[in-house]
Amino acid sequence: MSVTQSEAAAGGPGLFGTQEVSAGTPHVVGRVEEVPPGEGRAFVVDGVQVAVFRLRDGSLHATQAACPHAGGPLADGQTDLDVLVCPLHLYTFRWTDGTSPGGAASLRVYPVHEESGQLVVTV
Amino acid sequence: MTAVLGGRPEGVSTLHFAMDEADGIDTRQRLVVIGNGMAGARVVEEVLERGGGDQFAITVFGEEPHGNYNRIMLSHVLAGEEHEDDIVLNSHDWYADNGVVLRAGVRVVRIDTHAKVVHAADGTTAPYDQLVIATGSRSFVPPMTGLYQAEEQLIPGVFGFRTIDDTRAMLAAAAEHDKAVVVGGGLLGLEAARALQGHGLAVEVVHAGTHLMNQQLGAEAGAILAKSVEALGIVVHLATRTTEVIGPDRVRGVVLADGRAIDADMLVLAAGIRPVTEVALMSGIEVERGVVVDDQLRTDDPDVYAVGECAQHRGELYGLVAPVWEQARVLADLLTGTDPDAEYHGSRTATKLKVAGVDVATMGISRPERDSDEFLVISEPKRGVHLSVVVRDDKLIGATLLGDTRKVAYLTQAFDRGTPLPEERIKLLVDLSDGAAEVGVAELPHDSQVCNCNGVTKGAICEAVAGGCGSVGAVMDKTRAGKGCGSCKGLVKQVVEWAADGDVVEDPAASWYVPGIPMAKPELMAAIRERGLLSPSAVFAALAPGGAEDAKSKMGLTSLLRMIWGKDAVQENDAKFINDRVHGNIQRDGTFSVVPQIKGGVTTPAQLRKIADVAEKYEVPMVKITGGQRIDLLGVRKEDLPAMWNDLGMPSGYAYGKSFRTVKTCVGSDFCRFGLGDSTQLGIDLETRFQGIESPAKMKMAVVGCPRNCAEAYVKDVGVVAVGNGKWEVYVGGAAGASIRKGDLLATVDSPEAVMELSGRFMQYYRENANWLERTYDFVPRIGLEKIKAVLLEDSEGICAELDANMQQSIDAYTDPWGQDGKAPATPGQFRTALPLVELPLVPVR
Ligand code: SRM
Ligand SMILES: Cc1cc2nc3c(=O)[nH]c(=O)nc-3n(C[C@H](O)[C@H](O)[C@H](O)COP(=O)(O)OP(=O)(O)OC[C@H]3O[C@@H](n4cnc5c(N)ncnc54)[C@H](O)[C@@H]3O)c2cc1C
Ligand code: SF4
Ligand code: FES
Repeated sequence: MSVTQSEAAAGGPGLFGTQEVSAGTPHVVGRVEEVPPGEGRAFVVDGVQVAVFRLRDGSLHATQAACPHAGGPLADGQTDLDVLVCPLHLYTFRWTDGTSPGGAASLRVYPVHEESGQLVVTV
Repeated sequence: MTAVLGGRPEGVSTLHFAMDEADGIDTRQRLVVIGNGMAGARVVEEVLERGGGDQFAITVFGEEPHGNYNRIMLSHVLAGEEHEDDIVLNSHDWYADNGVVLRAGVRVVRIDTHAKVVHAADGTTAPYDQLVIATGSRSFVPPMTGLYQAEEQLIPGVFGFRTIDDTRAMLAAAAEHDKAVVVGGGLLGLEAARALQGHGLAVEVVHAGTHLMNQQLGAEAGAILAKSVEALGIVVHLATRTTEVIGPDRVRGVVLADGRAIDADMLVLAAGIRPVTEVALMSGIEVERGVVVDDQLRTDDPDVYAVGECAQHRGELYGLVAPVWEQARVLADLLTGTDPDAEYHGSRTATKLKVAGVDVATMGISRPERDSDEFLVISEPKRGVHLSVVVRDDKLIGATLLGDTRKVAYLTQAFDRGTPLPEERIKLLVDLSDGAAEVGVAELPHDSQVCNCNGVTKGAICEAVAGGCGSVGAVMDKTRAGKGCGSCKGLVKQVVEWAADGDVVEDPAASWYVPGIPMAKPELMAAIRERGLLSPSAVFAALAPGGAEDAKSKMGLTSLLRMIWGKDAVQENDAKFINDRVHGNIQRDGTFSVVPQIKGGVTTPAQLRKIADVAEKYEVPMVKITGGQRIDLLGVRKEDLPAMWNDLGMPSGYAYGKSFRTVKTCVGSDFCRFGLGDSTQLGIDLETRFQGIESPAKMKMAVVGCPRNCAEAYVKDVGVVAVGNGKWEVYVGGAAGASIRKGDLLATVDSPEAVMELSGRFMQYYRENANWLERTYDFVPRIGLEKIKAVLLEDSEGICAELDANMQQSIDAYTDPWGQDGKAPATPGQFRTALPLVELPLVPVR
């Protein structure tokens, strides 16, 4: 079985799917220390999979967990302050809006912030 | 699979403001294009390039739901050489960004030429001022019984080869079946056959003509091509047809005209194409074989044009993309008024293709037609080469080059321009002696096409250079030249060099070790040493522009720092690729593979038993003997890795890293009746010494007991061959992966110890001087064997002792990563799953 692009990209409730974006509810998913600097970790938020990243400048980002290209595990990707690189085929995605300079479909990004050491993701 | 190629994710929409939106008036003319293929989209591009965006509100209808993609590249997608995302030419976003309305997935059924309105199948309409028909062709379905199931439905297992959806369907079927018959031995059929064969199917081609590619090639050339194709293992049936499909529920085979039956699960129809003309026909526009157009590409309705494969011009139909580019330019000149007198006079079809891996170039006629025609042939069936030219009245009127297309630029020029030919005709086909007769790019006419796939002329390349593109890469990005099948890259480079008068900058970044730090490797290493930079983040802070870190540079820096500092390098897990973070190779579904070290390929019953136990305990989906003489446990969940390593109690085999990998060995003098040296022991000793050493790219070794070379030492980064009397040959720079190269003999030495020392010295020299990801098969020729010999054997630079010491430092820094991180994770959540809701593995379980 393989993961098709449509399931990951369409955002429908597919295998690695995320749900429709609504106004959004904030959820505590874990503690900041669970995400080492420069890395990402995957969490389940209200039935939705998100990857949360803590960049080396301390800033936080959250994206859908499965790559829109072919379902790659984005939390295993590499980061810098501008982009996230998927580990499977090395497409890059901008943190600002989730678009891909290499031409993959865009990534969904979610608001995330820290509240007294807790990671809060709005889904 | 239903993904839209070049589409946009659901929910993303672009606000589109028409001109003068404020007043609700768009004063522009309405240009409607029917067909979003290579011709239709190119017309739109050419119109926009001439400023047509201000003149026209453009709407494009495309029956396919996709953006515009490079149809030529479908054979590469089918072959698995290219990802479908990488053949998109104009994505949905491109249309939105350029203010063009794309009605993707909407078929036009009829044009009302009186009311000047287009009617679509979904009931919508679009008014136009100017209309372009670019509906292309479809696969011809040759008549045979049993082909159809119910009403017009082809039975399952029958495929055309025209669209990305056809290609996806074939790919899906190829994964499940093992026998295919391809109908048609032309370009398309052969490409399909080759691609399917690459997926492991047994493929037979049935061709009605007496020789392959009879459209382009003469009989002799066709026969040689057939040999090359058959040498690939593809069966070719000539001068016969398929008359019947054996079914009835799905394809089970075909019957040929002579009564023979062939088993098959897939039937691919590549027996020609037919122009798509229904819309024109239904709308009362003149259609013969194609939509009839004049020299201004106009149909018999003055506001309706036709371009591409659906158009019939001066009685000709075209089936290649080069004429499409010419037509699109003429039409855009006319529509925008850039050149109101522009005319298209037909294309002289000169084509350069790669068919089933064989280079083919043809132009004009392939055989003499009159008694006075001169005909020159060079035929080398053994090499798969057949070259011929036809000369009439001292002019080149035809040429066929098969298997060797070096003279194509020169011949194309002679063909297009009627330039004078050399007295000694043979010079048309071969460079005699010094090659002085070679016509350089200088003499290529300005408008000669350099890249056929993307329709780029020499002139366009020169313009790009004049416009400031200073490197070959920049010109390729700007013009798309060389970005199709790639066969013209060499020529593109020559033209760029000529146009820039030799003043071509190597892409500045080309000499950098990693993209994020503007320094070549020696300079970067010096700076790191001088400033004592121990971690990737320290390197970025000190040496990157603005101190900015760069994701794609991190892995290369991590490797370099480990090489320079050994144990003292500061590890930063985020600066490692996932494979190196968890010491396993990531799989397509996010699981990992575990390859324990099996030195020299020699194992024991106890080891095997342990591997078997672990495989059962962790329900490993596949256990496989690798090409590296060891065992791969594939499809392991990330969270299981530490426990598995612990149970195995074997060190990592480093099958995931840019590092020293394995030493393959043969059974050598201990067992083999031909063995001249103890290759097995030497292999084990080498692997023990160099295990886990980081390097710019993989380093693989093999040791064999005699020149029969059973463990393939001639094609390894470092290969060792016992030649008797205690002597060993050391080869470097060999390869048998994506490139194939026999290694160069570095030296013959007379003891296993000397092999160890010289291999280590070579590998250290490589580690210190190779670019990131540069394998030894590129490194050795780049530096030159003579230089390497001088440095390593004669110590011409006085660095041998230092190389040996530096290698020793790395060897001393080795620790088994499984033993290490298995006990205590290097970072929190190091082995946490990255896709928590998914049942893993998704890879097949065997
Ligand atoms: C497992 C194995 C295939 C097998 O089932 O036998 C294999 C599997 C992979 N090879 Fe290989 N190669 C394997 C032997 C080879 C060999 C044969 C050999 O080593 O004697 C070659 C040709 C020699 C060579 O290296 O050139 C080989 C040439 C490649 C290449 C082409 C490298 C090149 O520059 O030519 C790649 C791609 C790359 O490195 O970028 C590659 C890449 C890969 C990767 C790592 C692809 C990836 O990045 O995921 C595959 C990992 C599968 C996995 O998860 O475990 N593999 N690969 C073999 C493991 C050998 C081992 O025990 O370590
Ligand atoms: C596998 C393959 C390999 C090839 N390799 C080469 C090669 O190596 N070199 C070479 O020169 N050429 C090659 N070709 C040929 C080349 O692709 C064609 O010459 C080129 O695509 C023709 O462009 P076109 O726009 O006329 O037709 P197309 O690209 O077919 O575009 C026509 C489009 O119009 C759409 N359409 C049709 N009817 C309607 C309608 N009523 N309403 C709306 N939309 C409609 C179709 O869906 C299609 O998308 C290859 C073709 C294939 C299939
Ligand atoms: S290489 Fe020589 S020694 Fe080794 S197995 Fe082959 S024949 Fe025997
Ligand atoms: S799955 Fe992410 S780049 Fe392919």
